[in-house]
Amino acid sequence: MNEFAVVWQHRDMIVTGFENTLIIVALGATGALVLGALLAVPLMARQRAIRAAATAYVDAMRCVPFLLFVYLIYYGLPSLGLRFDNWSTGIAALVLYNSAYMGELLRAAWADMPHEQIEAGYAFGFSGLQLFRRIILPPVLLSALPLIGNQLIQIVKDSAFLTIIAVAELTHEATAMQTTYFVPFASFIAAVALYWVTCIGIEGTVGYLNRFAEERR
Amino acid sequence: MHAMAEKASPMPMVEPIAQPVVLDVNGVSKSFGANTVLRDISFKVHRSETVCLLGPSGSGKSTLLRCINWLEEPDGGTVLLGGRRIGVRPGTNLRMTDRDLAAIRTRIGMVFQHFALWPHMTVLQNVMEAPVHVLKRDKREVRKEAEALLRRVGLADKMDSFPARLSGGQKQRVGIARSLAMKPDLILFDEPTSSLDPELVGEVLTVMQDLAREGLTMVVVTHEMSFARDVASRVVFMDKGQIVETGNPDQFFRTPQTERARQFLARYAARDR
Repeated sequence: MNEFAVVWQHRDMIVTGFENTLIIVALGATGALVLGALLAVPLMARQRAIRAAATAYVDAMRCVPFLLFVYLIYYGLPSLGLRFDNWSTGIAALVLYNSAYMGELLRAAWADMPHEQIEAGYAFGFSGLQLFRRIILPPVLLSALPLIGNQLIQIVKDSAFLTIIAVAELTHEATAMQTTYFVPFASFIAAVALYWVTCIGIEGTVGYLNRFAEERR
Repeated sequence: MHAMAEKASPMPMVEPIAQPVVLDVNGVSKSFGANTVLRDISFKVHRSETVCLLGPSGSGKSTLLRCINWLEEPDGGTVLLGGRRIGVRPGTNLRMTDRDLAAIRTRIGMVFQHFALWPHMTVLQNVMEAPVHVLKRDKREVRKEAEALLRRVGLADKMDSFPARLSGGQKQRVGIARSLAMKPDLILFDEPTSSLDPELVGEVLTVMQDLAREGLTMVVVTHEMSFARDVASRVVFMDKGQIVETGNPDQFFRTPQTERARQFLARYAARDR
């Protein structure tokens, strides 16, 4: 029997995996973006010590392989008495890891922002969180949009690593199907195709938002 | 514009000196590292006055303007707005909290050399932003005023455009409307026409001239000598971080009292010929 027919017959597995991947990516991306935006604040802080601490976090994350980071949380932290289930671990790992990248790319966009715009904020009586939220963050997000899109695609790919802690995402389900029904080629191709569709979707959305952003820059 | 109309109408022809002091700059100095940019600067601005700060590039005019609303912190001296000290807590030498500083800054408008509009907001939103979100005023009321201000600077048809779609002259007129919407005690203009194409300078200066006539209190850093001559109630001439000469424009342009002012004016005369 045709391998692809087998995959189609048991498509429920793949569909479940795909749905889970979409959920994980949505939560991971949202969390990483929010945490990244908050991280950009200390990365741009005037006080050297604060900036150094935030930079240390970013560097630490960027230099650890994601796989190892997931192992560390899932298998390492229980030694310290901290135990999380595989889903919480997976999403927390995606958020913490990618927030470093998001924070850094938002910091770069912030640093490139014309300083007068921010000064105008101060001059008109904005300060603190309100200045950040209304005057700084929106243009930073708009100008960083293409880079945010790239990072989202990275998050999609990182999510595949979560198979090693048995999160039932797309790669995990494809592997399961392969070992159950001995259809490696068709199951992996099916998974690759769905990842591809996801990334096309992200690129399309970012492209659309980018047109919207164009006149607001 | 409502506030200005009130101010202007009762005594339009009175000498500016009879008006109360809005801004009192006293002994302000500022250095960047070893480079002293301002030395012991003192001057006063009365209500409804237009004071033009003139001087060669690098003479400290823009830094002085930025020290007034504390975008730069002066190293010494005091800045008083309506008798209230800016930047320093009353009765102490401690820096104001950011919140207090922000509150006092809402009383001082600022128009920037490179416009500094917020690019993610429409023209109308730019004008409404600070009155609604900083002053917490009623949105509908602010909107009405903002629309009136934009009509008045000739931008009725651009309210829903984003700044990126505007010419430099249009951007700067939005910048002026944005300041007016706060109904400030005075507006600081930091070389408002210096980054404009020559053919767009006039439309901005015309708006500023109208505002001066209506009695808005303005401090203007400019290289537009004809504007200073025609519109200023007083000129302050600076060189190398110091006030060299101050006086009414007629006297300053016709019979400058110092050699440095004479040289400065001669260069402009030569250029304009």
